[in-house]
Amino acid sequence: MTTTAEVAPVIELRGVSRRFGSAQEGQPQGGPVTALSEVDLTIRPGDHLAITGSSGAGKSTMLNILGLLDRPSAGEYYFDGVATSSLRDRRRSALRGSSIGFVFQSFHLLPGRSVLGNVLLAFVYGSVPRSERLRRASEALDRVGLSHRLAFSPATLSGGERQRVAIARSVCGGAKVLLADEPTGNLDRVNADAILTLFDELNADGLTLVVITHDAAVAERARRRIGLADGKLTELGATP
Amino acid sequence: MTGRTRFGPTALIGEALEGVGSKPSRLLITVLGTMVGIGALVLTIGLGQTAGGQLTAHFDSVAATHVEAAPTSVKGADGDGHASSALPRDAAARASALAGVDASVLLGEVPLGDSTVTAVPVHDPSSPTLTPPPVWAADGDLLGALDGRLAEGRFFDGGHQQRADRVAVLGKEAADKLGIHSLAGGPSVFIGSHAYSVIGILESVDTRRELQSAAIVPLAAAERDFPDLPPPGILALKIAVGATDLVSHQVPIALDSAEPQNITVAASPTTTALEGGVRNDLDAVFVLIGVITLLAGGLGIANVTLLGVSERTGEIGLRRALGATRPQIAAQFALESLITGALGGTIGAAVGVAVVVAVSAASGWTPVLDLALALGSTLLGGLVGLAAGAYPALKAARTEPADALRS
Ligand SMILES: Nc1ncnc2c1ncn2[C@@H]1O[C@H](COP(=O)(O)OP(=O)(O)O)[C@@H](O)[C@H]1O
Ligand SMILES: [Mg+2]
Repeated sequence: MTTTAEVAPVIELRGVSRRFGSAQEGQPQGGPVTALSEVDLTIRPGDHLAITGSSGAGKSTMLNILGLLDRPSAGEYYFDGVATSSLRDRRRSALRGSSIGFVFQSFHLLPGRSVLGNVLLAFVYGSVPRSERLRRASEALDRVGLSHRLAFSPATLSGGERQRVAIARSVCGGAKVLLADEPTGNLDRVNADAILTLFDELNADGLTLVVITHDAAVAERARRRIGLADGKLTELGATP
Repeated sequence: MTGRTRFGPTALIGEALEGVGSKPSRLLITVLGTMVGIGALVLTIGLGQTAGGQLTAHFDSVAATHVEAAPTSVKGADGDGHASSALPRDAAARASALAGVDASVLLGEVPLGDSTVTAVPVHDPSSPTLTPPPVWAADGDLLGALDGRLAEGRFFDGGHQQRADRVAVLGKEAADKLGIHSLAGGPSVFIGSHAYSVIGILESVDTRRELQSAAIVPLAAAERDFPDLPPPGILALKIAVGATDLVSHQVPIALDSAEPQNITVAASPTTTALEGGVRNDLDAVFVLIGVITLLAGGLGIANVTLLGVSERTGEIGLRRALGATRPQIAAQFALESLITGALGGTIGAAVGVAVVVAVSAASGWTPVLDLALALGSTLLGGLVGLAAGAYPALKAARTEPADALRS
């Protein structure tokens, strides 16, 4: 068995900082805030990583940068070997749409669309051929155990089911990396466990997982744990 | 490695339609503004056109008391209108014998050529001359047929016609121009080399107002003094209220029993021109009301779309996370607004047309509607929607995805 160190990283941060409240941010509320400070981080394909930290530690900022939703104030972010700081919005959007999946604490499902419609939304901005979309969306929903809920409205689903729809949406487009920000924050223990089990299965299939949480029990399920405090990273440990 | 974005027009329209349809209650409120605006526009213009059309028809058929008969003009091969026949010399007498005809007068303009019309005999041909007033020849009851009133004197009568007397009645403006302010002293006008005694000055006429600036002479005298005089082409009639249909039918037969189609009866031109002026003013007011309502509708769309953008911040963030670019977000919101406007325009036009048709049916009118107006409503609504959605769309595109997904 090869060690992960030999595989090229899918994510690499070098000296990444993110400051808020400088002149160009517009709204300085009590001076500038350094949410991330010269962070170095390497994540390899197949990793299962948990980032923990108290509220305001910079976890969401970290995830936004990893997801190409935000740009570092300094440093360089390489995604799949590509330096992303010089990429234009169009390229960043394409990269984000095709290779990165997102799962949010509040699910972000569109209330006006069915379960299937919400999953199909993943293909709207991508390049998956029309003929394949329905099959892949159905497969993804089957995988999260919701193939009997295709025509349902999200409003009729439980929190756990909603999050599984969101997960199906995030993986059906062929994402390499799944970024989850407090994915179990709105769920009870049982539903949270089901989601974490689903994450384990997806990771076993080769999906790279980065889960942000302030919940130690969630962090325990990851193979590698990183702590974030005042914008600085510390490796907390790894489960072989 | 990374997939090309394939968010084509079909996908864009699909997403915009879903967006528009996702909140029916909101859609209804948003559509209502443009709907009412364009509906009002179509309704007001449609009713204006319809009413205007009826007004003219009304004058033609019922209330018109001044009509004119003239030889039917036929388009010749060279494209010019030619009179197919002339009016008979005794047209005025023939017409006034008909039931429903109160008075009639046969009119024709006298070709002056180089002749001058002056109040004093011209001895010095180099003296500056004004454009001479036109000279008209008349046979019949001019005052009765044109509702004319005299300021002074009298009009020439059958006796003058019989004797072909050189007498003239001056329109008020013609009298002023010639410097004849009263009949005192027995003034004359010199038409060419002939002296005509001025026996009357016309105060006003209700139709054929051009006569107010003319000198009017007996047809018989004009025929003798001006050999070039063509047969008079206008028979002006004063008819009884409601007699239009009867007169339109009878007068051509009375004037040309062999080929009555050679004579056309129509409302006096003055009447229709006056009516047209009123109609245009009404149209302008109608259009203004519609445009103001439409602007209010546009503001409504802008407001609701802006509200939608802030309510749908999460959706914007999600779409960005799924790979949407800023222009794609802007395009979606702009298109949603455009569709909403076009929908409002279409429904509004349909409602407006329906009301115009209903009102027309109830009033026994023929609905008159510009087809382009009904069809253009969709386009106009879309344009209003697009304009209204421009700022909200820009705002949506500017939304930072990280901020949008924070909740
Ligand atoms: N858009 C922003 N503007 C200003 N400050 C921000 C912004 N986003 C985050 N911050 C600040 O950066 C710090 C880290 O925030 P965040 O990454 O959301 O923390 P966490 O997710 O760990 O709770 C906090 O102090 C927060 O107030
Ligand atoms: Mg957070």
